[in-house]
Amino acid sequence: MITFMNNSDSEEEPCNERTSLMSAESPPVPSYQDGLQTAEAGEAQAHRKRRTGSSRSPNNIADGDMSDSGVPVRESALENEEEELTLKYGAKHVIMLFVPVTLCMIVVVATIKSVRFYTEKNGQLIYTPFSEDTPSVGQRLLNSVLNTIIMISVIVVMTVFLVLLYKYRCYKFIHGWLILSSLMLLFLFTYIYLGEVLKTYNVAMDYPTLFLVIWNFGAVGMICIHWKGPLQLQQAYLIMISALMALVFIKYLPEWSAWVILGAISIYDLMAVLCPKGPLRMLVETAQERNEPIFPALIYSSAMMWTVGMAKPDTAARGASQQTWDAAEDGRENHRSPLHADSQMSETRSPGPTRPITSFEELEEEERGVKLGLGDFIFYSVLVGKAAATASGDWNTTLACFVAILIGLCLTLLLLAVFKKALPALPISITFGLVFYFSTDNLVRPFMDTLASHQLYI
Amino acid sequence: AFFWLVSLLLASLIWFVSVHLSDQEDAKLQYGLLVFGAAVSVLLQEAFRFAYFKLLKKADEGLATISEDGRSPISLRQMAYVSGLSFGIISGVFSVINILADSIGPGIVGIHGDSPYYFITSAFLTMALVLLHTFWGVIFFDACEKRRYWCLGLVVASHLLTSGLTFLNPWYEASLVPIFIITLCTGLWAFVTAGGSFHNVLKCLSCK
Repeated sequence: MITFMNNSDSEEEPCNERTSLMSAESPPVPSYQDGLQTAEAGEAQAHRKRRTGSSRSPNNIADGDMSDSGVPVRESALENEEEELTLKYGAKHVIMLFVPVTLCMIVVVATIKSVRFYTEKNGQLIYTPFSEDTPSVGQRLLNSVLNTIIMISVIVVMTVFLVLLYKYRCYKFIHGWLILSSLMLLFLFTYIYLGEVLKTYNVAMDYPTLFLVIWNFGAVGMICIHWKGPLQLQQAYLIMISALMALVFIKYLPEWSAWVILGAISIYDLMAVLCPKGPLRMLVETAQERNEPIFPALIYSSAMMWTVGMAKPDTAARGASQQTWDAAEDGRENHRSPLHADSQMSETRSPGPTRPITSFEELEEEERGVKLGLGDFIFYSVLVGKAAATASGDWNTTLACFVAILIGLCLTLLLLAVFKKALPALPISITFGLVFYFSTDNLVRPFMDTLASHQLYI
Repeated sequence: AFFWLVSLLLASLIWFVSVHLSDQEDAKLQYGLLVFGAAVSVLLQEAFRFAYFKLLKKADEGLATISEDGRSPISLRQMAYVSGLSFGIISGVFSVINILADSIGPGIVGIHGDSPYYFITSAFLTMALVLLHTFWGVIFFDACEKRRYWCLGLVVASHLLTSGLTFLNPWYEASLVPIFIITLCTGLWAFVTAGGSFHNVLKCLSCK
């Protein structure tokens, strides 16, 4: 039996690194509720610090690194207004995250249920070398635990490597790495996916057409993700690559290992973000210190556009939204920002437009959305996809896991609004998801099946 | 929906434990246990609806204190409707989605002597159940708000009654018709509770 994917050894590597990057990136679930400064990765933070540092100084963990020269002191009266805005827009942000997570899960579940390829066992990843085809339960459990340990250590090593690279300013290397892995995802995996879907529905397609389609898809994707593009297109691409990655995981992770890995990664997530020496926390703080954006293409942002690195200095007035492609959304955001500025009694905005700092416009715009790491998307979809694939063809289990994950996400966002700093998005949702999966599969399913066979309703 | 799921989980747990502790071969006993499980589940659903009401009430107070004019942006009636609807949706979906999935596949309905109308009656029953949950939600929240406990009792009783009527399947005349009558009555009751009246309907229809 093939235990290694021969042809994709090289492709798995960047992808897995990418995944580990993504899962590394997953913890910061920043919330950009207006006026709220939450310790968040990237520019938003820098901007945030500048705007709200004065009103929230005691609570802010990274306050020390504010380079906040022009912002006058806020009154505490503003805090109430900010809180109010928080809660009002908090619900909106929750919805803004529900939609993409749901879409990603729908894509994954639809593919799993229809395309046979992703549920066939065709070998395992190089990162999970132990097979689960063993005769005894104990051996299988041991193998899955060993697989998990290997996988998690790979992820930890990658994350630490990334943080080191970031610390020592090897930006070109990181960008090259990211570009390579997104190239891989956009072209190779899409090709395989498309091939399998066409096979399932018995649709013929010639190579030139295929080449054209995939070339266009991939090229636009690269541009959208790494450079500029309409917001919704970028979001769509991020969702698609998360779904593709999740499908790869579902196919190549053996059963028990998948569940143990999900559990272990949420524990790792928790530790990496909250412990003071955690790699992710260091990453976030370093990014903050330098007032830099964190890597593009690793974070899903719900109301923003990302640009690579620093944007050109923009001395245009605040109202100008020349960088926004999605005029409707950002236009609205734009209106809100002057509103919010007005609500602050002391004028904090005057230094703003005159400052020739980079990407001020975007920073301001950026805080209107919520950001979630792509790793979160991937692991949520892996959980739901595995539930769809292996729960004896039962839809109830899939639905229960879906509801559980969304509720977990809700709770995480709530905690975010309360704590106002970067939080791991995985633990709560994955815990709920796992609990619901196992209990629904083993307890609820026989109950509902028996009820349904007698056509009883409860 | 989450709360409904948790209640379902607990009910299944109880049923499962009871099934495994009892004699698996005795069909009558298993059926009895099923009835017991269903009843427990209904009671748990209502209990969780009450718990959800308490939670929403707390959130409502919180929202009211924070908002500018002292009132929360969502009225309790809207919350009642949404909660009832979500209970209904999740319970309906759980009841019917496997049936729907099977209905795509090849097969003949009722080939072993069961009713051939299984699918269509399931569809109607599910619809009735979803509507009922919505109405129950509205009435329940209103009753809790105004502390009319007899209303609460009536809601629980009607839920038990509905569930019990489904035990009469496949004698569809005896189960479908009463359930629809109950749905209509509960709907009217909920409409009245939510503040509607004949007058309102007329006004709405004449687009004043």
